Amino acid sequence: MSLQVELEQQRNVLIVRLRGELDHHTADIVRFKMEDAILRGRCDHVVLSLRDLQFMDSSGLGVVLGRYKLVKGRGGRMVVCDAHDNVKRLFELSGLFKILSFYDNERSALAGLEVVS
Amino acid sequence: MSIDNCMKLSFAARSENEAFARVAVAAFVSQLDPTLDQINDIKTVVSEAVTNSIIHGYDNDPEGLVHLEVEIAGDMVSIVIRDEGRGIEDLEIARQPLFTSRPELERSGMGFTIMENFMDEFEATSAPHKGTSLRMKKRIESKKALFN
Repeated sequence: MSLQVELEQQRNVLIVRLRGELDHHTADIVRFKMEDAILRGRCDHVVLSLRDLQFMDSSGLGVVLGRYKLVKGRGGRMVVCDAHDNVKRLFELSGLFKILSFYDNERSALAGLEVVS
Repeated sequence: MSIDNCMKLSFAARSENEAFARVAVAAFVSQLDPTLDQINDIKTVVSEAVTNSIIHGYDNDPEGLVHLEVEIAGDMVSIVIRDEGRGIEDLEIARQPLFTSRPELERSGMGFTIMENFMDEFEATSAPHKGTSLRMKKRIESKKALFN
């Protein structure tokens, strides 16, 4: 039971793919990897791609909210795509649904960011 | 109502055990033939409660023990998650959405809200320096429960 973080840069967008289970135990690795990639620069926006994220709890909400603030503080946008219903439900319950944009897949998320960048 | 089945676990307050606890409860409850959504609700709630005990109850001290009890009576699952940690001074405040005593740890403050929303019954008791106990119930209206 663990979490893999895959990072891919497409132009000025960082795509972060999470695979596995995001909880308090695995939150640190997401925090460090994303922070490192964002602060090393070259990306303005972030797509959080969650097709293979099987489980998330409120610790995951905390780490997503933290990275959202970081990206926004640097003038960028963070969007979420491909989230399972159970993960979406937590975003809804916490109100994060209102401040993050949600897309069906990476392609539409990237297209959505092109419009604003 | 008589208790059809029960299990008890105690484990060290280590973050690795969050996944262990929710998978153990999911496996135990699976005998009621729950839906994937119901299993996911229960896994999430167990994860929230155990994480609270580890972070807030024991401040990540692995010497601490988290206790987990699950009972099945008919189609009702009862879960108790308890620690002997520092306790919660004001439960009313702790239960409010987005409240967290540890904002520096990027806690979302949604743990209690999620537990209350995902379970049919939820009750918290706590005493400073004695620990916290969460009691929760959820009805599993599975095919198996209906036809038995």
